[in-house]
Amino acid sequence: MSALSPAIDRFETDYAAARRSARRVNVVSTALFSICFLAAAWMGGFLDMTEVTLATGERVSMWKIWAGLPRLGEYLHKTLPVLHWETLGADLGSWFWRWKVWLRLLVETILIAYMATLLGIVGAFLLSFPASRNLAPNAVVLNLTRRYLEILRTVPDLVWALIFVFCFGVGPLAGVLAIGFHATGALGKLYSEANENADMRPVEGIRASGGSWFDQVRYGIVPQVIPNIISYTVLRFEINVRSSSIIGFVGAGGLGQEIRVSMSLQEYTDLSALFLIIFAAVIVIDTVSEKMRHRIIGLTGKGV
Amino acid sequence: MSPDLHRAKSLVPAAFETSLRTRMVRMASWTAFVLLTAWCLWAFGVSPARLAEGALRFGNVVSFMFPPHIWTSWAEWQEILKGLGETVAMAFMGTVLGAVVAFPLAFLGARNIMPSTWFRLTIRRGFDALRAVEQLILALIFIRAFGLGPLAGILAIAVSEVGTFSKLFSEAIENTSKKPVDGLKASGGGSMQTIRFAVLPQALPVILSIILYNFESNTRSGTILGIVGAGGIGFLLADRISAYRWPEAWTIIFLIILTVYLIDGFSGFLRKRIIGGETRKTK
Repeated sequence: MSALSPAIDRFETDYAAARRSARRVNVVSTALFSICFLAAAWMGGFLDMTEVTLATGERVSMWKIWAGLPRLGEYLHKTLPVLHWETLGADLGSWFWRWKVWLRLLVETILIAYMATLLGIVGAFLLSFPASRNLAPNAVVLNLTRRYLEILRTVPDLVWALIFVFCFGVGPLAGVLAIGFHATGALGKLYSEANENADMRPVEGIRASGGSWFDQVRYGIVPQVIPNIISYTVLRFEINVRSSSIIGFVGAGGLGQEIRVSMSLQEYTDLSALFLIIFAAVIVIDTVSEKMRHRIIGLTGKGV
Repeated sequence: MSPDLHRAKSLVPAAFETSLRTRMVRMASWTAFVLLTAWCLWAFGVSPARLAEGALRFGNVVSFMFPPHIWTSWAEWQEILKGLGETVAMAFMGTVLGAVVAFPLAFLGARNIMPSTWFRLTIRRGFDALRAVEQLILALIFIRAFGLGPLAGILAIAVSEVGTFSKLFSEAIENTSKKPVDGLKASGGGSMQTIRFAVLPQALPVILSIILYNFESNTRSGTILGIVGAGGIGFLLADRISAYRWPEAWTIIFLIILTVYLIDGFSGFLRKRIIGGETRKTK
C-alpha cells in the first residue's frame, strides 16, 4: 500500500493499535470514575435540594450547598470577637475570659499526649521485634503481632476513647489509653519497618558468637534503629497533641470538652479563642520538636 | 584485669568512663522523666485498683466480641451497609473535591512556577492554616451550616484535604526536572504550554499516587466523623456503644477494619497500574 519499507508500515499499524487500546482504557476508566463519582455524590447527599425561605417570604427549592454557604459565613463571622483599639486590653480579657481553666486544660491535653506517647513507645518497641520479618522467631508470631498492630491503628482513637470511657470512666485516663493504643499500632508499624531496614551483619556476628535472640536484638538491632525510632516518636507526639485536643468530645479529658461545651452553649467567640490556643500550642511543639529531632539526628550522625 | 587494659585505661581514661557532666545530665533527665510521669499518673488519678477495675470491664466488653453479632433481618444489614457505603462515599467525594480545588492552588505555591516569593509564601501559609484545623472541628462547623448528614462530612474532608493536597502537590511540582521546561521554552512554548507539556507529565503520576494514599487515609479517618453527626458508619457505632450494645459494636468495628483493608488493597492495585512497579512513599 505504500512505497515505504515494510518496517515503517508495521510501525504504523502497531502504533495505531497502541493508540486504540490506550483510548479504550481511557474511556473505560473515565466511565468507571464517573459512575463512582455519581454514586458517591448521591450517597453523600451532595445532590440534595432543600427548601429555603427567601427574604421576601417566598419558599424556594435550592441546592443544599448553595443554601448552606451564607449560614457558614454567618457562623464564622460570629466566632470573631469584637476588638476595639481603645479598649483592647478589656476586649482581649473578655475574649479569653476563661483563660485560667483553658490553660489548665491545655496542660492536661499536653500531658495526655505525653503519657499516650510513652505508652505507645513501650508497646510499639516491644512488639516491633516480633513484627519485623527479619527478626520474628516464626511466621505465626510475625503474623499475629502484625494483625494485632493493624487492628490497633485501624480503629480510630476516638472509637478507642468511646470504649475506654465506658471502662475507665470519664477523664484523662481513658484518653491516655485510647491515644496510646492507636499510637502503639502506628508506631509499631514504623519501628518494625526501621528494624527490617537495619543491617543484618552485626546480628549474624552476634549469632555466630553464640548470642541469644535477645542478645541479637539488643546489641545488633537496637543501636542501629534508635535514631529512626526517636525521630518517628517525636513526630508522633505532635500528632498525639492534636488528637488529645479533640478527644474530650467523648469525655476523655483535655480541651475537647471545652470545645463541645462552647459549641452547645453557642459561645461563639470562645471557639476562636480555643482554636488560637491549640494552634499556638501545636506551633510551639512543632518548632521545639523539630529542633530536638535535628539535634538527635545530628548527635548520632544518622538521618532518617 | 590484664596489664594491657590497665595501660590503656591510664592512657585514655575518658574512653573508660563517662564524664561527670554527661552523668549529671543523664541523671537529671531521668529524674525529670520519672517525676513528670509520676505527676501525670497522680493527676490523672491512676491507681492499681482503678486500672484493675477498668481492665476487668474491658475484658468483659472484649468477651462480647466472640461470637460476633450477626444481624438477622435485611433491614438491619441494610442500615449497616448503608453506613459503610456512606463513609466510603464521603472519603471518595471529599478526596476528589479536595484534589480538584488543590490542583490549581498547588501551582501558585510551587517555587518553579510562581516566582513571586511573598505571594507564594502567603499561599503556603494559607495551606498550613487549613491543615491546622482538625477535621472533626470542621465537621462540627459544617454541621451547623449544612445540617446533620454526610454532606457535612464530605465538606470537612474536602476542606482539610485542600490544605494537605496543595502542599504535597506543590512539592511534587517543585521536584520535577527543569530540562523539559527549558526545551519547551527554547522551542517557543508559552507558560501554559510549558506547564501542560513539561511539568504535568512529570508531576501527574506522583500526584495520582498522593491522591490514592489520601483516599485510603480519609476512609480511615472518615469513620469517626459520624460520631459528631457528620454521616457514615461512625454514627451507628457511637450509637451502639452509647446504648451498651457491645456485640453489635464489635461487629461494626470488624466491618470497618474489613472495609479499610479492601480499600487499601484496591488503591494499592490501582497505584501499581497507574504508576507501574515502583511506588514512591509520600507520607
